Amino acid sequence: MKAIYILCVRQLKRYIRSPARIIGSLGQPILFLVALGFGFKAMFARAGGGDYLDFLSPGIISMAILFNAVFSGIEIIWDRQFGFLKETLVAPVSRIEIVFGRMLGGALVAMAQGIVVFVICLIAGFRVHGSAYAPLAIVFMFMISLLFAGIGTVFGSVLQDMQGFPLIINFLIMPIFFFSGAIFPSAGLPKVLQIGLRLNPLSYGVDGLRGACSTVFAYGLTTDLAVVTIMTGILLGIGSYFFSKIQL
Amino acid sequence: MGEMISVHDLVKNYGQFCAVNHISFKVPEGVIFGFLGPNGAGKTTTIKMLTTVLDPTSGKILVNGHDPTREQKQVRRSFGIVFQDPSLDDELTAYENMDLHGILYGVPHGERKKRIDMLIEFVGLADRKNNLVKEYSGGMKRRLEVARALLHKPRILFLDEPTIGLDPQTRNHIWGYIQQLSKDEGVTVFFTTHYMDEADRVAYDVAMIDHGKIVAQGTPGELKERTQCPNLEDAFIALTGHAIREEEANATDRMRMMGRAWRGGGRR
Repeated sequence: MKAIYILCVRQLKRYIRSPARIIGSLGQPILFLVALGFGFKAMFARAGGGDYLDFLSPGIISMAILFNAVFSGIEIIWDRQFGFLKETLVAPVSRIEIVFGRMLGGALVAMAQGIVVFVICLIAGFRVHGSAYAPLAIVFMFMISLLFAGIGTVFGSVLQDMQGFPLIINFLIMPIFFFSGAIFPSAGLPKVLQIGLRLNPLSYGVDGLRGACSTVFAYGLTTDLAVVTIMTGILLGIGSYFFSKIQL
Repeated sequence: MGEMISVHDLVKNYGQFCAVNHISFKVPEGVIFGFLGPNGAGKTTTIKMLTTVLDPTSGKILVNGHDPTREQKQVRRSFGIVFQDPSLDDELTAYENMDLHGILYGVPHGERKKRIDMLIEFVGLADRKNNLVKEYSGGMKRRLEVARALLHKPRILFLDEPTIGLDPQTRNHIWGYIQQLSKDEGVTVFFTTHYMDEADRVAYDVAMIDHGKIVAQGTPGELKERTQCPNLEDAFIALTGHAIREEEANATDRMRMMGRAWRGGGRR
């Protein structure tokens, strides 16, 4: 248990000590928030969708979490390169503890980043309705963080070097983000896309977070919570499995 | 005196390539053992298998009486290691790196603090212990790694080219500690090096490996006598030949280069 704790602390320390990283990874969500949020605001309202910023913000928060969480897993590759991975692999600690410490640390960092984006959204004009659900927002943010830290861990464990990196961004993270309902509602989409959205675990995370902030859940709170929890469990399992197979 | 490491008929194949080819050797408890060989001879591959991070293709290994493929925890608890490449977290301070190690190895809080302070003092880094490791020079990092490897009082110390790229002062310093440690605490030391004069000076026993096979084994004196050479370097060349070895750049090396390009050189 102490190993999990100290590996988690390590990642949080690294995060806090790198202001460039904190600010750098805010760039993309802010860009999306401003460009889409203000760009489509009028059109969305005219189409009867309500306040687009209220709709979009949970999506942008999820996006920040998604990117940061996946990257935290891919830090395994950096640790392999700069050698620290070896230090943990020869330690008399079960691989499960090591990988769980890493995933939890990565998830907490991603969540911290999500909270920063949350605050930025509030400043931009995002309004939370029905504060009864607000604690749920934290729960969903945490679950999304863990889920994608698990996915990142799978790739970080399997890939030997950074060359596969653009592939992950282009063919995994971007589609997951775009087809999660983060920037547009699923209603009225072609059938194929609707199915795609239904198969995407982030859809339920975004919907859960959006529901927690607006009290309106498209898929239902129970479904969102169940899907996200189960997927997180599965991905933590898969991530741990691949990590435990790492050889030097 | 028992055997601290015993290797029998060990093989490691990577596809068609045979990195370690049926080697056997024994390291008695408490000695300083030099594992010598040209680049790409199989030294690091062997150390990886001894230290549980790589599974052998076949063969039998016992480290402190335990099998690294099955009793990993017991084996991991019994050794400390200084890798060929740095393995510190650059974004943490020296003290934090040590503390993290101590926690991973289950060293209790009070003892941990005491030993960290003692070891950091021992390697002469006491006044810099709260600096981030990325501000350290190569020699300071190496010394910190030696200190870290000793924190949990291992029975065996693995040193994979511990003095590569260091100036003579630092090399001398490090070997000084290691010899003292071996004498005072009876720690078994298993090291690899390219510097034959070092091996000649500090090793009690050496094995020479080339193309994955052990070509000679004995005390430095015996090897010099057998090859009729005045020093271990000549004996080494007599035993392994003059051909210059090429080592394939592995994924890690390629990444290091990319990393350097990415971070614009930096201090790494």
